[in-house]
Amino acid sequence: MAETHILQDLQHQAAIASKVYVQRDYNSGTICKFQTKFPSELESRVDKQQFEETMQTLNNLYAEAEKIGGKSYLEGCLACMTAYTIFLCMETHYEKVLKKIARFIKEQNEKIYAPLGLLLTDPIERGLRVVEITIFEDRSIGFGR
Amino acid sequence: TCNGHSYIMKNCEYQQIDARALGTPASSFQPCTEMKVPRLRRKWEVFPGKNRFYCDGRIILARQSGILPLTLGLIVVTSVLFFAFDCPFLVTHLTVCIPVIGGVLFLFVVISLLQTSLTDPGILPRALPDEAADIEKQIYTSGSSMYRPPPRTKEILINQQVVKLKYCFTCKMFRPPRTSHCSLCDNCVERFDHHCPWVGNCVGKRNYRFFYSFIVSLSFHTSFIFGCVVTHLTLRSQGGNGLVQAVQESPLVICFFSIWSVLGLSGFHTYLVASNLTTNEDIKGSWSSKRGAEDSGNPYTYNSIFINCCATLCGPMPPSLIDRRGFLPPDDIPPVAAADLELSSFLAKNDTNMVGMPSSGHTS
Repeated sequence: MAETHILQDLQHQAAIASKVYVQRDYNSGTICKFQTKFPSELESRVDKQQFEETMQTLNNLYAEAEKIGGKSYLEGCLACMTAYTIFLCMETHYEKVLKKIARFIKEQNEKIYAPLGLLLTDPIERGLRVVEITIFEDRSIGFGR
Repeated sequence: TCNGHSYIMKNCEYQQIDARALGTPASSFQPCTEMKVPRLRRKWEVFPGKNRFYCDGRIILARQSGILPLTLGLIVVTSVLFFAFDCPFLVTHLTVCIPVIGGVLFLFVVISLLQTSLTDPGILPRALPDEAADIEKQIYTSGSSMYRPPPRTKEILINQQVVKLKYCFTCKMFRPPRTSHCSLCDNCVERFDHHCPWVGNCVGKRNYRFFYSFIVSLSFHTSFIFGCVVTHLTLRSQGGNGLVQAVQESPLVICFFSIWSVLGLSGFHTYLVASNLTTNEDIKGSWSSKRGAEDSGNPYTYNSIFINCCATLCGPMPPSLIDRRGFLPPDDIPPVAAADLELSSFLAKNDTNMVGMPSSGHTS
């Protein structure tokens, strides 16, 4: 409860200091993967280990969405046989994982990043190009903790 | 503890009043006649590329529909003539399966065609101003002297192959690998194959499987009609009236001329699918190896025909990245121009979650 109030208060009262963009990592091909290198602007705000863990989990989730294996082949073949009309009624595996990612990012923001004055934007809102991290001005947002 | 608790409660109330004031700005200050709640616009209405949208953003088409009406017309007219003239004869002389098979193939062809034309091919949304500025800053800091312009290409290593990523001046970002900017649609499209005028849309990552199933089913359909009409004409003993004969034979003529190109195209795309290439890459010769025919320079291939086919045609269906039906923040400024409105859109989203929670401050 208190965490969501912190998040809301952040947007109401804090001013944006800067934004950091974590770009895509194409070394493994065209799969969706973000660089896990710790940006220097965040050094004063967040623990490097924590950040890298968040990014790694995010990459793992995207890998799960794009995994080609038995289940995705089954979905593909079934879709082909119904002339792809099944996509109109059924939610694809990718979409299900995207929802999971959205929940994960919200939870990470509420628990870890908002109390530090940071906000992660879901990459899907930036066309899966970047992970945008908004850094808010460092004013004391003490809430009687 | 006690003080903190009451501080939270006070904050909660402050925020609730704030939210309500934001939600309906007109009601408290202006008389009823003036009450104007601005209509929330969807993102497709301010989309910068050359596309047309229908059904409130559900359907997307390229602005130039090309010769899609001609393609549809040819397919429908040929099939209708086939059903009208050849089927009655063949049903009585051969089997009733003929119109059934013909019907199924016709449905497959039309559905695949419509899906290819009306689906987002994998358009990449353009970079927002803040993001573009950040990329520009990185280019200028990494670029060397002031005597030559800073590099607009980035080289990366994929599977031990050097791949060059180019900077797109229209979309203000470095294009991901296999992405190309279509000048007809003015969009960057992922895994860009080609812009097909027959289909009136780009063929890219999201609709390549529909395109492939369209040309393959069209090959089968054309061959089927061609075969049936030939059978009909050979089985029929007497010749008929000149004009009627000509109309009855027109499916034959249309099929005869189109069958070679459609079959050829299907064969070509089967080769592309099996080697995990795009038309764009094949035409440009991006991966044509200089050393020998054995080593394919393509870094994306799985080196197995079966896996390449499965990955391209049966892989997971990626989502549309342009969020056509998403709502713009409640302002007149489109998202491309104003970057700090993203903040208020996050705010609006959270507000809708928080509405109706007056007692949240009491429990703690």
